[in-house]
Amino acid sequence: MESSILSSILFATIVAGTPLIIVALGQLIAEKSGVLNLGAEGMMSMGAIAGFAVTFETGNVWLGVLAGMAAGALMSWLFAVVVLTLMGNQVATGLALSIFGVGLSAFIGKPYEAEILPTVGAIRIPLLADIPIIGNPLFNQQILVYFSWALFGAIVWFLYRSRPGLVLRAVGESPSSAHSIGYPSIRIRYMATLFGGAMAGIGGAFLSVFYTPLWVEGMVSGRGWIAIALVVFATWRPFRVMVGAYLFGGVMVAQLFVQGSGLEVNIPSQFLSALPYLATIIVLVIISRDQNTVRLNAPVSLGQPYRPDA
Amino acid sequence: MLRLERRPEASQLMSYASPAIAIALMLIGGLLLFTFLGKNPIEGFKVFFINPISDLWGVSELLLKATPLMLVAVGLAVGFRANVWNIGAEGQLVAGGVAASAVALYFQESEGAHVLILMVIAGCIGGMLWAAIPAFLKTRFNTNEILVSLMLVYVAQLMVSWLVHGPMMDPDGFNFPQSAMFEDSALLPLLFDDGSRVNLAFVFAIGALLAGYIFMFRSFGGFQMQVAGYAKDAARYAGFSAKRMIWIGLLSGGAMAGLAGMSEVSGPMGQITEHVSSNYGFAAIIVAFVARLNPVGIFFASLLMALLYLGGEQAQQYMNLPSSISNVFQGMLLLFLLGSDVFINYRLRWKEGS
Repeated sequence: MESSILSSILFATIVAGTPLIIVALGQLIAEKSGVLNLGAEGMMSMGAIAGFAVTFETGNVWLGVLAGMAAGALMSWLFAVVVLTLMGNQVATGLALSIFGVGLSAFIGKPYEAEILPTVGAIRIPLLADIPIIGNPLFNQQILVYFSWALFGAIVWFLYRSRPGLVLRAVGESPSSAHSIGYPSIRIRYMATLFGGAMAGIGGAFLSVFYTPLWVEGMVSGRGWIAIALVVFATWRPFRVMVGAYLFGGVMVAQLFVQGSGLEVNIPSQFLSALPYLATIIVLVIISRDQNTVRLNAPVSLGQPYRPDA
Repeated sequence: MLRLERRPEASQLMSYASPAIAIALMLIGGLLLFTFLGKNPIEGFKVFFINPISDLWGVSELLLKATPLMLVAVGLAVGFRANVWNIGAEGQLVAGGVAASAVALYFQESEGAHVLILMVIAGCIGGMLWAAIPAFLKTRFNTNEILVSLMLVYVAQLMVSWLVHGPMMDPDGFNFPQSAMFEDSALLPLLFDDGSRVNLAFVFAIGALLAGYIFMFRSFGGFQMQVAGYAKDAARYAGFSAKRMIWIGLLSGGAMAGLAGMSEVSGPMGQITEHVSSNYGFAAIIVAFVARLNPVGIFFASLLMALLYLGGEQAQQYMNLPSSISNVFQGMLLLFLLGSDVFINYRLRWKEGS
């Protein structure tokens, strides 16, 4: 395989993995606080249309990303009110949020369906980008790719090196214990949920503003769900989220592999498109086979409603 | 300040009132949405909720749309009662539609009732096979059934896309991604000869609701699943097999979704295309919740949900709004319901200070 092909496959893999990293890391934080938000697909869809619409109307990419973030956060706030304040069922509410978000984004996005945004230029890091093969994929990327790495670093530091991160994890393990020693469990869960929503919104905006860059109904096409699966697959550890996201990114650009291999293969495109979903199932099977790993790593209170007695 | 206070016992009244509150809130939300879009809210309300059922034809269309929703929702409710979360009914519906279409296309030259009977069986089995994947993985490897069943929705949609672009494509269809039109023997007979499109599937749906009612409230299996839904540990202590419930829950959902898929291709569609389902698999989840997982409720909730579909079509036609407004209403309804459910176990109390 030629090195330029290898380089472009690597490039595409990193780009495809980036929204998954951002969304999954956001969900990781929410889940670490004990909140399971299955609405990622809806929040991403809203982030995607908000990002696209604002970028299109203002011509400013940054306002677009901010709008995507705000839309995702707003959606997760809705979820948080139902789940944390009104103690609704987290699974059902997350599902409702997905249905609502996908529908609402399709509704809002109708007028934008035929529009295309100008491609956003990559940011090239001098010298590093000149390294053969890996230089271009790693150091000549969209700014949100760099952002996803920074986010990873920040989250690792936050969770394992900072006091608020410790408190967050404590709330996820046992909200009543955290509450009894004076931490506002509900408020912490609110913030974690909002953070997850904001990240899902950015992930969605990345798709519509940087990746495609256009808006099509249903364009998130399951990435929100894959991101949720990724958190399980990573057994709630940030580094594994990164690895998993790039693995999935690789599966998503499988078509490039096939073209790059130079083989005369005649596989219907639908089969290649189905690969990420099948891979998600396989990965989930592998990780759930050993229940102890999942049980030891999952936040104990994940998905359970909590309400302080006082 | 206002505070939530736990009721001594769950309010029976509120568990029935909550769906009504949610519907009212959805209507208010809809009025606000129309206003926000610069449309006359009263006009919007009329187009959305009144016009679709203002004549007999409209009512028949309502029944037609409600049919797949009833089928899928009652199948899902069986599992939901035991907290078996089959979210992939949309995919199972497609799988059932594909299986039924395969039968219809295989028997193209054939006359007689056996074609339809085989299609019904194939539809159910297709849906069950698709649902058996998450059931097997859940019982064997403890894999999360929500994510697996959902991933299979995308796989099913890609599968049908491949089939209608390839093996199932109409050879004389000018390369359109759709199958040949089914022969009359592969079409569900219409119930009325007044030109309405309501077909035999509506009878299936009523039958499924009855069967669901008997299973849920009059059988030991249904009782076991109910216990497992309320108290998992109690069910385990009583020796009820969790694996069996997972299988029953997923397969019943799959069978009914598959039958709904069959009734779509063999009913209003008369062929298979890429768009077997109009989101019925997801809308049925909302139906099941709004109906409190009760077959009687499912009947009415399906009619309401069908009305939202028809309203969306009307809004597209007469108000120049995207038909996806239906999904917005559906999502709102479920969110409001889940929110107002808090008042089943809690009540609002005014408390001084604190």
